[in-house]
Amino acid sequence: MTRVEVFDPPLCCSTGVCGPNVDPVLLRFAADLHWLANQRIAVERYNLAQQPQAFAANEIVKAALTEHGNLCLPLILLNGAVISQGCYPNRQDLARLTGVEPEASPAATLPVIQPRCC
Amino acid sequence: MTDFLEQATRILFFTGKGGVGKTSLACAAAVSLAGQGKRVLLVSTDPASNLDEVLGVPLSGAPTPIPGAEGLSALNIEPEAAARAYRERVVGPYRGVLPDASIASMEEQLSGACTVEIAAFDEFTKLLGDAHATAGFHHIIFDTAPTGHTLRLLKLPAAWTGFIAGNTTGASCLGPLSGLETQRSLYDSSLKALTDSAVTTLFLVSRPERSALAEAHRSSGELAEIGVTNQRLLLNGIFVAHDRSDSAACALEDRGREALAGMPAGLANLPCAQVPLLPYAPMGMENLRRVFSGVPPVSRPEGRESPQKIQPDLPLSGLIDDLEKMRRGVVLTMGKGGVGKTTIASAIAVELARRGHPVHLSTTDPAAHVAATVGESVPNLSVSRIDPAAETRAYAQAVMAKAAPQLDPQGMALLAEDLRSPCTEEIAVFSAFARTVAEGERAFVILDTAPTGHTILLLDAAEAYHREVSRTVSDLPESVRRLLPRLRDPEFTRVLLVTLPEATPVHEAARLQSDLARAGIAPFAWVVNRSFAGNGFRDPVLRERGERELPFLTEVRERFARRMVVARWEPWEPVGPERLRQLAHAETVRG
Repeated sequence: MTRVEVFDPPLCCSTGVCGPNVDPVLLRFAADLHWLANQRIAVERYNLAQQPQAFAANEIVKAALTEHGNLCLPLILLNGAVISQGCYPNRQDLARLTGVEPEASPAATLPVIQPRCC
Repeated sequence: MTDFLEQATRILFFTGKGGVGKTSLACAAAVSLAGQGKRVLLVSTDPASNLDEVLGVPLSGAPTPIPGAEGLSALNIEPEAAARAYRERVVGPYRGVLPDASIASMEEQLSGACTVEIAAFDEFTKLLGDAHATAGFHHIIFDTAPTGHTLRLLKLPAAWTGFIAGNTTGASCLGPLSGLETQRSLYDSSLKALTDSAVTTLFLVSRPERSALAEAHRSSGELAEIGVTNQRLLLNGIFVAHDRSDSAACALEDRGREALAGMPAGLANLPCAQVPLLPYAPMGMENLRRVFSGVPPVSRPEGRESPQKIQPDLPLSGLIDDLEKMRRGVVLTMGKGGVGKTTIASAIAVELARRGHPVHLSTTDPAAHVAATVGESVPNLSVSRIDPAAETRAYAQAVMAKAAPQLDPQGMALLAEDLRSPCTEEIAVFSAFARTVAEGERAFVILDTAPTGHTILLLDAAEAYHREVSRTVSDLPESVRRLLPRLRDPEFTRVLLVTLPEATPVHEAARLQSDLARAGIAPFAWVVNRSFAGNGFRDPVLRERGERELPFLTEVRERFARRMVVARWEPWEPVGPERLRQLAHAETVRG
């Protein structure tokens, strides 16, 4: 089974509702991960402020942190290999990066634009 | 008098409105039980604990034996220290494993108000639910924090046990809740202990005053609702005039009797004990032993001269003249619970409104009664309160509405679940506070803030938010962004420290003043409320109280206050626009 791991920067919570302002990107990403999990992909999510052991136990994550500092977060791994760092990809990008068939949506019929990050 | 301690349960809670004497009576009960040969642990959960001062011993987060009271130990649950320890438990193992910058960012994320709350809660449940942690003690006495905070702490086990059970996706607000699942059995046993009448007794402490009784009634209902049904009423400060020719003393007695006669039935049916109004301060071992000893309170029936005329201080109306010159802006009344912040805030608001200024009077106190204090509608004056439950609902709805266009139904469900987190209330109340302060740009805003511990948390939150805000971007509300600069601007915000002329409230206000200094805020004036000195009493108990005030009045004037205002104790209840106006205009020296 395909496995996606997300290593978040230190957050109070995964949707950011606890921050001084709700971050729409975090909200959207939480929902997108939920969608991804429904596409038969095992999704795990770790928060540096809450689950540092997951960061310390992963050599790839540790190396990225040592080299780039927290700027590499969020770091997304697909079956143990880095597929995205420093941003939260949108649903289309997530689908592309993980090889899942994206949902039919108006965006899919538009000219493909460069991913904003990664 | 010690009857009420016979067959005392293992866990005793003392709760009630600020200033009713929870700490004093909890200490006196602890000393009394220790005197019967019991081993007693006395615990304060108040972030601004006064146990040290009342017992005369410096305390820490670990049980400290109290000299002069064999068998008695005491501790303060120190939220900040508990939070530091919690942070170290999480972060410590990763020093040298993860890069320093990552460690620093973890520490920063774990410095918020949520972490402080969780850490204090952890300590609290350990004392309540972990038999090993308190194995050496026959009794554990909680001198609980002022009411709103206490109720939140007490309700948390129920709320969170429910929250854990209902959290299905596991992807939701793990922030402060992570690790809760592993603690679940501890929370369950805490809740069981709280609701078992053979284990826990709740003492509702009240003075013979309407507002204090109303508060006791409210807590009684709320606690009964979560299953704490073994409740007793402890009436503190019962006064009988010794000198029937002293009309003010008779008025005080009558006022107490009337308040008790109008007591809500729910309270009147509880088993009840009474403690007389004491002429001495219930502090230090000797005095604490006297409280429940049954010895009559008057120590010097022959009396001395009435206190000599104290020098006249600024009346409240003089302070209002100064505030009026601002033409707008925010006035915050702060101080220990029960010192009369609401009364002073209301008197200022009513007087400014009477002088033709638009005024908004509000409060962040969960147990607020501003509307009842003002009594009736006054031209130019609007009265409101920041209601945590309503603010939380409105905040959650606003977040959901904002997110709706970008989320599918599953995403919305996830968000709804996250919004059930206990943090949401903190944020919602905070935003409402910032919004109310912002109104000071257009009119006078008089804010009666909650008891000290909660107030400090609010200001701490302001500082934390300020830091957070300077690095986050996007559409943060203007009011939140400008909150701290506004609070720090002496031309915009004027902080009044309200106190009583007694040791604990004065020293607590002094601590608050130094906390505020750290946040870059200097109080505009001190208001010493309900002063008996200079009132010309003949009654021995009241005269002795008045004499006892003088060193504290001097201390405030000479050591702490840039400006000191004294509001006299009056035999009538300061409720309604006319009485509030009288209070504002009373001269300090009468006898």
